[in-house]
Amino acid sequence: MGKLSWSAVPLGQPIPMAASLFVILGVLGTLAVVTFKGWWPYLWREWLTSVDHKRIGVMYVLLALVLLLRGFIDALMMRSQLAMASGGAQGYLPPEHYDQIFSAHGTIMIFFMAMPFMVGLMNFVVPLQLGVRDVAFPVLNSVSFWLTASGALLVNLSLVVGEFARTGWLAYPPLSELQFSPGVGVDYYLWSLQIAGVGTLLAGINLVTTILKIRAPGMLYMRMPVFCWTALASNLLIVAAFPILTATFGMLLLDRYAGMHFFTNDGGGNAMLYFNLIWAWGHPEVYILILPAFGIFSEVIATFSGKPLFGYRSMVLATMAIFILSFMVWLHHFFTMGAGANVNAFFGLMTMIIAVPTGVKIFNWLFTLFQGRLRFEVPLMWALGFMVTFVIGGMTGVLLAVPPADFQLHNSLFLVAHFHNVIIGGVLFGAMAGYNYWFPKAFGFTLDKRLGQVSFWCWLIGFYLAFMPLYALGLLGMTRRMQHYADTSWQPYLIVAEVGAVVILCGIIATIAQLVVSIRTRETRRDLTGDPWNGRTLEWSTASPPPAYNFAAMPQVDGLDAFWEMKRQGLLVPREQYDSIETPSNSANGFVTAFFAVVTGFAMIWHIGWLAILGMACAVVTLFAFGWIVRKDAEISGEYLGAVERARLGKSELA
Amino acid sequence: MNINAATEFTDGSAQMTAADGAGPAPVRIVVAYGFWIFLLSDIIMFSALFAAYAVLSGQTAGGPTAHDLFELRNVAIETLCLLFSSYTCGLGTLAVERRRMPHFYVSFALTFALGAAFLGLELAEFSRMIGAGAGPSRSAFLSAFFSLVGLHGVHISVGLIWIVFITAQVAVRGPRDFVLRRLRCFSLFWHALDIIWIALLSLVYLMGAR
Amino acid sequence: MPDSNRKTSGPSSGTGPSSSSSPSPTATPTADRSPGVDEDAPSGSITSYTVGLLFALALTGASFLVSQTQLLWAPGVAVGLAVLAIAQMGVHLVFFFHLSSGPDNTNNVLALAFGVLIVALVVTGSLWIMYNLNLNMMPSSAIMEMRQ
Repeated sequence: MGKLSWSAVPLGQPIPMAASLFVILGVLGTLAVVTFKGWWPYLWREWLTSVDHKRIGVMYVLLALVLLLRGFIDALMMRSQLAMASGGAQGYLPPEHYDQIFSAHGTIMIFFMAMPFMVGLMNFVVPLQLGVRDVAFPVLNSVSFWLTASGALLVNLSLVVGEFARTGWLAYPPLSELQFSPGVGVDYYLWSLQIAGVGTLLAGINLVTTILKIRAPGMLYMRMPVFCWTALASNLLIVAAFPILTATFGMLLLDRYAGMHFFTNDGGGNAMLYFNLIWAWGHPEVYILILPAFGIFSEVIATFSGKPLFGYRSMVLATMAIFILSFMVWLHHFFTMGAGANVNAFFGLMTMIIAVPTGVKIFNWLFTLFQGRLRFEVPLMWALGFMVTFVIGGMTGVLLAVPPADFQLHNSLFLVAHFHNVIIGGVLFGAMAGYNYWFPKAFGFTLDKRLGQVSFWCWLIGFYLAFMPLYALGLLGMTRRMQHYADTSWQPYLIVAEVGAVVILCGIIATIAQLVVSIRTRETRRDLTGDPWNGRTLEWSTASPPPAYNFAAMPQVDGLDAFWEMKRQGLLVPREQYDSIETPSNSANGFVTAFFAVVTGFAMIWHIGWLAILGMACAVVTLFAFGWIVRKDAEISGEYLGAVERARLGKSELA
Repeated sequence: MNINAATEFTDGSAQMTAADGAGPAPVRIVVAYGFWIFLLSDIIMFSALFAAYAVLSGQTAGGPTAHDLFELRNVAIETLCLLFSSYTCGLGTLAVERRRMPHFYVSFALTFALGAAFLGLELAEFSRMIGAGAGPSRSAFLSAFFSLVGLHGVHISVGLIWIVFITAQVAVRGPRDFVLRRLRCFSLFWHALDIIWIALLSLVYLMGAR
Repeated sequence: MPDSNRKTSGPSSGTGPSSSSSPSPTATPTADRSPGVDEDAPSGSITSYTVGLLFALALTGASFLVSQTQLLWAPGVAVGLAVLAIAQMGVHLVFFFHLSSGPDNTNNVLALAFGVLIVALVVTGSLWIMYNLNLNMMPSSAIMEMRQ
């Protein structure tokens, strides 16, 4: 069994044991409930083997929300540790444990919370906004989701069996090399991210092809909603950047498993090469996260101002400018590594330039809000919170882009505050805005507004309490990833930060409560028209939730904000006749492939040779087996479609 | 690009694209384009390894250098094998589209044979180098070399398996639409591997052997 | 790998508010070309592949000549090899992939240009950065002394 033995279970350590028990009970409890209620056939048929982009999108978002909880618990633990460990105090987390926590926190939040959230929202919304029935490759979509879920599973397995990496969320060598990290932690990190990375790359290819080749008739590029433009840019970045991640992690894996010398101290290896390559991925990655959020805000701000988005063309140009520039700034993550003044100056300048198109977007959103008839629904509140918070974070980013300033602030808490500022203020607020905005479309009822407001205010206030002190601490000299510190004057700031984390916890609890309460009282908040917000884009022209085929007939698009125009011109009437539709059947391909991916990954981590070979062989057989069978599509008749549409549009108040 | 008007062909039929607002593109276009995007991502992955090789090519840690190790006669034969296999692959694709099935089977058998010859020569080269103490763990240069060329070899192996699989599908299912789409994807893959080999040949072998 | 997506069938599934049952004129567009698909006169295509093969052979031979003989001025060999390699890649793209500059190929050419841009940025960026980083590293002799 390779390196695996019973000592891998952390029996001697109370906190991981408690966490593991909690997770195991949670998982077993869920499985038990599903079994006793006889939900397996439904789950298998309707969700696990679904190739419907809407179902897959919901599963992605669900994965993200669950992993948000896990990543946030890591954050709470870190904050409490730092609030205590002042002067001579050691806190309650020993260093080797603390190191795993901050590594897991970053890894989970970026790869298994932010990415799935954005990919899920794009998956759900983009085909609907484009007026089409599904993405280009529905089965591949399912495979992508399940591979991402596999990676998430492997990371969480490290809690129960073995340990996680202690190297931070990017696993820099030489610390991550075998010589200095001989345990399985870094291997857990590498294998789970390689598997999830393949899933993400495939999703990127899928969405790029969809946006470029599959749109409703009449939807020219300049008639696409802005969210589709930002989705295009984000997915092009995925296609361009994730291969670099795969190659770089591959090289580190070869160093660890095959004794190679890419990044080792000896044999001619060069650890700085890792930094260069990983950030060539890492910078586009953060733009992969923020661009869809920008798109969400464009949709939300336009809808809740009751006005078309200001400056559509400049929004599109700004998006594409950010997309190209994001590949020209990556050295700003390692100014201090010693490339010299010329190189630093070039990348510093490029970093400042990339702030300009973002500024254009901010002004366009402001001009959209200006003289609009604002409706302060929960998504708009998140958007307004974003505009203030993200701008602050962006400004600190421009400050950090000045190499001499960065020499002081690199790897201090100032940096930590900056990136949380933009990721929480931008990506997370965008995710929450999108979640509240499109929830009624996905499930047929709106979310409770009061609890949504509570969640928003807790997140906003909690964020500022938790991270503004960190800016000060960074300037005072505190570095990141410290398990304890000697300077007791830092403690008050860290206590305020802890309070902020607790307020954010209230926000998360409010979100959970919002979901529970909304489900309980859903009959009072049913969305019967499909258009609860008086929206402008095509997804609101479908029922809530949309039927599996989305549109009975693909809409003919004549301009921007196609749905708004259809409402204005009274075009929302059933057609005389509908052509029949073929819908793809379900596929277990994704689920089965993911199962074998987990087996293979686990076996590779623990060096169990025979299991790894078996897992790989089964995965290959799965590929061939599913490639061999000819899938039968189901047909939906035109008469049925006509009946559904007449029933729906006949009694709607829209037309 | 004309986004608002149809492009006329010489036979008078209108040619509309998704960009022209004709609605979703036909499935074979979608599939081939998606695969094209995948190939570009694969090339970017190779380029990251190329960058690593370029940075590490001088780091021989006192061990053998490229000049010591590369045998250009072998490389020339490998190049010819791969180039001709690309040619036979192209001929095979044409044959199946014109439903000349015997030509297809012969062409693809040749493609497989030439690809297998390439792989055999490469494996022989690797084992010779490893036997001479110049394995991938000897130095950073060798790590980069073995990984870069080895990754290409892994892709060739996948391609060989794919040839068997797609030929079986053609034989059993016949030249149906979805089989032809997959065949087209395979030929794109195979040609792309030849393009990557050109870069490997020029920048690794020919540069290194000087 | 990708399965067919027959759900999004062509524009015959509704092109206007009052669609009739007969397919619209653009129902089966030959649409744009995907790379590698050649719908031109069939007999011309064998020519295309053969011409491509001959060009590629010539360029391969030229690469070997340039690197192994003194035909090219020594410092220019790297550039010469790069040029020949790019030319041969172009030959493959045109004669084997059937990539052209027509409007039906725009998406394909743009995608290729995007790929080339990213490759150029990653490779040249990495080379420039690593060169400068290595320049500022302590000489290895001094590192060995420190290790003692």
